[in-house]
Amino acid sequence: MNFNFKHEWIETNIGLMAVLTMLAISVGGLVEIAPLFFIDKTIEKVEGVRPYTPLEQRGRDIYQREGCYTCHSQMIRPFRDEKLRYGHYSLAAESQYDHPFQWGSKRTGPDLARVGGKYSNEWHVQHLVAPRSMVPESVMPNYPWLLATKLDISDTAARMRALRKVGVPYSLSQAEYDANVAKFGETVARQLHIPDAQKNLVEQANFGNYDGDRSGVSEMDALVAYLQVLGTMVDFSKYSDDAFVDVR
Amino acid sequence: MAVTTYSGAEQYNFDIVKKFAVMSLVWAVIGMLVGVYIASELAWPFLNFDSPYFSFGRFRPVHTTSVIFGFGGSALFATSYYVVQRTCQTRLISDGMASFTFWGWMAAIVLADFSYVLGYTQSREYAEMEWPIDILIELVWVTYLTVFVGTIMRRKQPHIYVANWFYLSFILATALLHTFNNLAMPIDLFSMKSYSLFSGTQDAMTQWWYGHNAVGFFLTAAFLGMMYYFVPKQAGRPIYSYRLSIVHFWALSFMYMWVGGHHLHWTALPDWTSSLAAAFSILLLMPSWGGMINGIMTLSGAWDKMRTDPVMRFMIVALSFYGMSTFEGPMMSLKEVNALSHYTDWTVGHVHSGALGWVAMISFGSLYHMMPKLWDTRIYSRRLVEWHFWLATIGIVLYIVAMWISGITQGLMWRAFDEFGNLQYSFAESVAAMMPFYAMRAIGGIFFLTGTVLMAFNMFMTIRQGKRESAALDAKLAAKMAHA
Repeated sequence: MNFNFKHEWIETNIGLMAVLTMLAISVGGLVEIAPLFFIDKTIEKVEGVRPYTPLEQRGRDIYQREGCYTCHSQMIRPFRDEKLRYGHYSLAAESQYDHPFQWGSKRTGPDLARVGGKYSNEWHVQHLVAPRSMVPESVMPNYPWLLATKLDISDTAARMRALRKVGVPYSLSQAEYDANVAKFGETVARQLHIPDAQKNLVEQANFGNYDGDRSGVSEMDALVAYLQVLGTMVDFSKYSDDAFVDVR
Repeated sequence: MAVTTYSGAEQYNFDIVKKFAVMSLVWAVIGMLVGVYIASELAWPFLNFDSPYFSFGRFRPVHTTSVIFGFGGSALFATSYYVVQRTCQTRLISDGMASFTFWGWMAAIVLADFSYVLGYTQSREYAEMEWPIDILIELVWVTYLTVFVGTIMRRKQPHIYVANWFYLSFILATALLHTFNNLAMPIDLFSMKSYSLFSGTQDAMTQWWYGHNAVGFFLTAAFLGMMYYFVPKQAGRPIYSYRLSIVHFWALSFMYMWVGGHHLHWTALPDWTSSLAAAFSILLLMPSWGGMINGIMTLSGAWDKMRTDPVMRFMIVALSFYGMSTFEGPMMSLKEVNALSHYTDWTVGHVHSGALGWVAMISFGSLYHMMPKLWDTRIYSRRLVEWHFWLATIGIVLYIVAMWISGITQGLMWRAFDEFGNLQYSFAESVAAMMPFYAMRAIGGIFFLTGTVLMAFNMFMTIRQGKRESAALDAKLAAKMAHA
């Protein structure tokens, strides 16, 4: 039989055209995205990475709210200059609890993936309130309202419950708590327990005294707590230089 | 629900086209004004005024949303409703549904812009809208698809014109991308805040699959649809090659969806994914240039129009910028080039050579062609069109040259070592080096914005002229009837 294809068949049939177009546009995503959920090597097995504490997570919410991602990346690439400037290249494991990811796409300011512990709390507070007082060349906006605004902690548990639903191992039940103790140790597991979220948040803010003012919990407390934990979870001295090469 | 004001005897629903066309110019002015403002904030940071509402981070999505979805989106709604009616020789299937797409789309953009300023954002580039707005967009989009496909089904021609293939592909792809990239868990039903369903690597890949195809389908395929109708119309000549349009349509639709991963070179995304994305990015050069060649060659035999017709000039320059940025894109997707260009202003320049050079210029050309026809008159001032053309072109050139220089400078400064093997520059030094180029970029933006304001004025006067002429005609007719 003589099969003589004519494009005219598609051009005269809107149903056929829609179906074929849908097929054409679906393949790319299926091939490139779906396997990322199933291939084990996508996320490295590495010790130390844990979900954020309630205070850190609220800081992350503020980081997102202020659009920090429009100027700062959180993804160090495996180049010599980036290693010297920022530290070890970022692992997929390090953002496995990040909903959403904050890798960013632009460095108007420097990368922040490993900013944690690099500067003191006092430096961060001063820098966020008036960046040019610390770095004269900076073009970053001032964020004075972070210090002046009390952190709204009323929905902390609700936020953690939503994150739990999308897969972050915050615990609600005793069984989940015990599993977290086994996985992360008791100190961390206590921070991940949703019923104690508000208490934990206030305690960490008071103990850490991130904004230099112990009288209450400000948005600055939360944001600085988040910045100070970035990139500090994995102890790279435990791994050899090429430990992660084959998963890349 | 009769919201529209057409007379029942009219063959087409041009009322909806008029509304979208006017709003497209309004959003162009707003979006570009915000663009100039945030560009200036980077050059002169005092402009942030210590205000949460005007700080760069919250204001930048107001710019992107207003220009991409406000200006670009409205231009696409306007032209697609116009083209599908003209080429199918039939009226839109439902005026009520078309009207819903208008009010729904406008509401979505206004709500989005206000929500960013108030601090509600998914922080997914070009998909910053939080979940309630996403649901509204989903509803508008399904309605749009229904109206568009329904109208094609009622066509009086056996063939579906090529412009409609591209519009269809854009509508379907946008539906797919919007749905999957916005899967999120709200913290409760009465809160705007939500958390993405995916995390880390998978989330990044989903977002850039969306992000690059917002460019590929929203800002390319759809505008090729526009090109396939308005370039031949304005040139008064048929499309150069029918065969080429078939080949590049299917190749473009298939390949674009693979390339998002090139935004994630050298990141924690597995190497196989970004390499595959790079390979498809390079292949994509061919279908992209297929479109450019088909558009530009349509002018063969009518090249004199480049001299005599400023509207044609907008279209041809648009196609030239399209060709240039679709060459630059595959080049930047090469891993070695990307290592230098990523995270720098080069990317910003590349986006704008596409967005200003291609998307905005082809929209301007098409609107200049279409709007006088809608109001049944001529362009109020061709001189102003000439002025607009040159202001826009100079603006683009200033913008992208500034970003090339600053981008490459940043990339080179970050990786420079001194003779002892230490980093030669601190990050702050690279920021200081950007200042003149950030100022130059803002000035380029002011040029482009000024051109757009001239166009808005010109079209406002054109509409007024059209209304006066038709009123005069009606009066004449009424007088005649009275005598008779």
